[in-house]
Amino acid sequence: MAHAASHTSEPGAIDEHHWTSTGMDNRKIALWAFIGSECLFFASLISTYLVYKGKSLVGPLPHDASECVLNGTKQACEPIFEIPLVTLGTAVLLFSSLFVVLALYGAQKGNRKMMIGWLSATVLCGLFFVGMQVYEFYHFFHKGLGYSTNLFGSTFYTLTGFHGTHVSIGVIWLATMLVLAIRGKVPPEKALNLELAALYWHFVDVVWIVIFPVVYLMR
Amino acid sequence: MERSPNRAKHAWMAKAALLGLVVLAAACADSYPNYPQTTLDPRSDFTRLVDSLFRQTFWWAVIVFVLVEAALIYVLWRFRAKPGDAEPEQSHGNTTLEIIWTVIPAIILVFIAVPTVKTIFKTSLPTPNPEVEVEVIGHQWWWEFRYPKLGVVTANEMVVPVSKMIGLKMWSADVIHSFWSPQLAAKRDVFPVFPNTKYPKINPLWFTADSVGDYTGQCAELCGIQHATMGLRVIVKSDADFDAWIAARRVGSPLVEGGRVAPGVDSVWKADTIHTKGQAAFVAGGCMTCHAMAGTPLAGAMTLRGPNLSHFGSRTTLGANMYENTPANLAAWLRDPQGMKKGSHMILPRPLTETEIDALVAYLRMHK
Amino acid sequence: MATSVLEHRPPALPHAHPKTGIWSWITTVDHKRIGIMYGATSFLFFLLGGLEALIMRMQLIGPNGKLVDPDTFNALFTMHGTTMIFLGVMPLSAMFFNYFIPIQIGARDVAFPRLNAFSYWVFLLGGLFINASFIVGTPPDGGWFGYANLTSSRVMSATAAAPSPGLNIDFWVLGLQILGVASLAAAVNFFVTIVNMRAPGMRMLRMPMFVWMSFVVQVLLVLAFPVITVALILLMFDRNFGSSFFMPDGGGDPVMWQHLFWIFGHPEVYILILPAFGITSEILPVFSRKPLFGYTAMVFSGIFIGFVGFGVWSHHMFATGMGPFADTFFAIATMVIAIPTGVKIFNWVGTMWGGSIRYTTAMLSAIAMVALFIIGGLSGVMHSSPPADLQQTDTYFIVAHFHYVLFGGAIFGLTAGAYYWWPKMFGRLLNESLGKVHFWLMFIGMNLTFFPMHFLGLHGMPRRVYTYPEGLGFEFWNRVETFGSFMLAAGFLVFIVNIIKTWRGPRNAPADPWHGATLEWSIPSPPQEFNFPKLPVVHSSVPQWDARRAAGGELPEPELVSGEDIHMPNPSYWPLVAAIGVFLVFFSLLFIRTWPSWWMFTIFSVLWLFYGVYRWAFEPAH
Repeated sequence: MAHAASHTSEPGAIDEHHWTSTGMDNRKIALWAFIGSECLFFASLISTYLVYKGKSLVGPLPHDASECVLNGTKQACEPIFEIPLVTLGTAVLLFSSLFVVLALYGAQKGNRKMMIGWLSATVLCGLFFVGMQVYEFYHFFHKGLGYSTNLFGSTFYTLTGFHGTHVSIGVIWLATMLVLAIRGKVPPEKALNLELAALYWHFVDVVWIVIFPVVYLMR
Repeated sequence: MERSPNRAKHAWMAKAALLGLVVLAAACADSYPNYPQTTLDPRSDFTRLVDSLFRQTFWWAVIVFVLVEAALIYVLWRFRAKPGDAEPEQSHGNTTLEIIWTVIPAIILVFIAVPTVKTIFKTSLPTPNPEVEVEVIGHQWWWEFRYPKLGVVTANEMVVPVSKMIGLKMWSADVIHSFWSPQLAAKRDVFPVFPNTKYPKINPLWFTADSVGDYTGQCAELCGIQHATMGLRVIVKSDADFDAWIAARRVGSPLVEGGRVAPGVDSVWKADTIHTKGQAAFVAGGCMTCHAMAGTPLAGAMTLRGPNLSHFGSRTTLGANMYENTPANLAAWLRDPQGMKKGSHMILPRPLTETEIDALVAYLRMHK
Repeated sequence: MATSVLEHRPPALPHAHPKTGIWSWITTVDHKRIGIMYGATSFLFFLLGGLEALIMRMQLIGPNGKLVDPDTFNALFTMHGTTMIFLGVMPLSAMFFNYFIPIQIGARDVAFPRLNAFSYWVFLLGGLFINASFIVGTPPDGGWFGYANLTSSRVMSATAAAPSPGLNIDFWVLGLQILGVASLAAAVNFFVTIVNMRAPGMRMLRMPMFVWMSFVVQVLLVLAFPVITVALILLMFDRNFGSSFFMPDGGGDPVMWQHLFWIFGHPEVYILILPAFGITSEILPVFSRKPLFGYTAMVFSGIFIGFVGFGVWSHHMFATGMGPFADTFFAIATMVIAIPTGVKIFNWVGTMWGGSIRYTTAMLSAIAMVALFIIGGLSGVMHSSPPADLQQTDTYFIVAHFHYVLFGGAIFGLTAGAYYWWPKMFGRLLNESLGKVHFWLMFIGMNLTFFPMHFLGLHGMPRRVYTYPEGLGFEFWNRVETFGSFMLAAGFLVFIVNIIKTWRGPRNAPADPWHGATLEWSIPSPPQEFNFPKLPVVHSSVPQWDARRAAGGELPEPELVSGEDIHMPNPSYWPLVAAIGVFLVFFSLLFIRTWPSWWMFTIFSVLWLFYGVYRWAFEPAH
């Protein structure tokens, strides 16, 4: 706003086609608004998970042994979570946030090699995380946790599934940026294009930082 | 005959004024007996609490309404544009005034909030020592009433004694309904509880009726196609009448000896021809799939889909307060339940013959 | 009031982009044209919703009505509510957002013109989709609030049938998801426009009140819509994939749906009413010739209403039995909202106090908005009290309340806006005589229709009933209401006649027919594509009044300029392609229970959407 006021004294001097009140790019503000909306989206899903925590009528359960139906027979089921694997996935996702910062730094400095290298690392990390999740879903399913088996299954798959979808979209976005970068279409003056993707990616990470303890660690 | 335009205008205005007066008179002069389902004529302790709170907020609202609308109309009249008006003074606001009209509503709200909170806590209390307990179960689109301690199960018409604390425990067998008996118990939603429900939400409600009478009510939460006709009655009887009613209803009740009627004990339903024929039609027509009935094999069943029909003859209405319980209406219902109540879950396995209908009507009506 | 007929003005000067023909409308990214498309489309939906209401009033004119079947009646009130909220009032507001937010803040377009076109197309397709259910014969019938588990598709116990096995609720769920995409995209767009596209000197606290209230609305949309998105997703999964989010037989709780729905649903009420507040705050000063009384208080009361609006949702659920502490909390929070609303009402009266009031149709509608909203607000305070609400909720008393708020408030506000801004949008002044007939029919009809509902509700008539028996005393007032509703309809017929008549008449509107205060009156009627030949520089919240004062009287008509050196965004059809993609994705989900290969259709639709988005992203914008 102070920025805007400084212009008013000499209106003739402004570039009418690139004028913004805050001096920020429209897209950046839009993405922040969208992230605000996404916060409420995940807040609703996480609340649903928490409200129904421990209310499942049958197993399998996340942290406790239970009775469940597997292959049509009633039997005792192990707790379903395997924390080490998902901790690794979490770490990889967190590191990818660091990598995308380095890629952006490269883009802003005009260091194409640095940008392409770190961006590739970010995309690989994202792919690893999605792969981890696909493996986890597959594994849980074979341990008897279908989507509609119990409330835990429904809330868990819905919450982490929508997060996984967001990660996948982020990977597609970053991969698109990678292709553009390789083709030399992300010069320093267009680094904002990468910054937007990075901003979204950080958001997706932050959501996971909430989901991971709430779903996997909290008992 | 010609009328001057002026007179015509006057006549028109007179008519308008007359119409206005009629409307006003109609609004004011209507007495409560014309509105048997009114909320404004409370007949129990519970609804009196609610009503007195409503009247307080109502009068506050009326005062605010009159003052604000009067101010508005005054401004509209006083400051109407006149030819040659100079530009009005360009005032941008007045902090003192604005503070005043922020604080005054806040104070009025305190006067509404204090009795509100008091009444919330009074009305939300768990039922204080109920003398009669009734379980209310909503079904699409009828009401089941059970008296677990008295061993009685009935439908659509709840009978309670006057001047006794009635405690209701309410749930639903399918979707959300809302029990509403405007003069006696206000309204509360009933939530589905199934045999496997782990954390059942059973809503309480209580009231002490203060006069004998017949009160109507109905479901107040959209519950499907026949939501509008999910009616109910609360019949408040004197103590003696209530005891007699209970005693009669215990015969053949599923809560008493599994619905068995010991031979000889029952002098009400003699095994005459009407009874035999009717019972045969009841079994052959497939009624038993959904209805419990004293004297039939499923008399003791509690979780059937339709209302328990033992003592059907003593109910005043049919189809959840939809039709009067007359032989003609009952026959029409048995002939074509979907025509009488579209979408109702009563679907006949096969059309009944006229002979069967006659037998069933006589049979059902003799069970008083 | 300026009613002088100006000379016929030649149409706007030729421009680089095609200006006529269907293709020019399909590919347009001009916020003004998109605004007009929003207006036309939503007015048609509004008439449809009104027709549904008239059929219901005919059914209820007497006891034991036989005009429509009970299931049809359920569909009528469900679609009446859904249509009026999502396809009527919201997009009618969006028409004004589109047309006037950019102009009032001195911008040439919205922040993302193509996203704006996308919003419109998604809205149109969503509206058509949800109404197509009538043609297929499975209209939504679970109420606009779609309470679970009435909206469940599965059999839950041996004694309870599946409440809604058909496609009715699927149409509703998926249609609302489509409309949610449109609303969210539009909200982000306007949010950024207001934050970032203000002309030099247009500080936040100099913005017109309409822009301010719209700004609050965008924030509410951005934060409230994701919640119903989640609720609808969960309901959809319950219906199609056997989960139990709201299903008691699997451990779920139908009350959870109510919470999620009303966390969205209550802010939604303010989404509907705040634009009308904004319009009223524009019109009252202009026709009183006085600035808005207490501008800052008006801004902050609007923000406060929006903020607290997120903390009162459970007052829709007092009858569910939440316990005394929750009841108390939500009752007090609800009462608190009455305070900023009162501030608004008093400031409006204060604006007119000492003024010189001209009774144009726009002004009459704005005044009626204030007068009627008071009634809706006061009945609102009456059922903010939970025990009293135990009698009122789900009765016609509530129907009366929210029609005073949404018809008396929102529709009268929007009508005021229509008469006020029509000359700016179309270069023609609506006929004032017809306008007054329209206004009085609407005003009297509105009160005849909705005021008796207070009596009926208190006398025990529940909502959403397709009929009522004789003997409950409901006959008289129902007849009065039906009569009133036809008066209302007659009012809108007069409005349509007025529109047609004006359409055929000459372009008679000067740039500033009302002596307006804000920037839209400084440019020609209708504005040129680029709005402002030069970005205006703003020094107060009433720039046009400043200019008049500086000129010492009438301002000259603004010149039309060629604007060849002004770069406006290119037209594009990719927003439409992407919008069709969104539509197809949700359309494909309609077949989950009926077509085993539905997912192939979904994958196809997602690819279509991605293709549209990619082409859009890589298309040069200018």
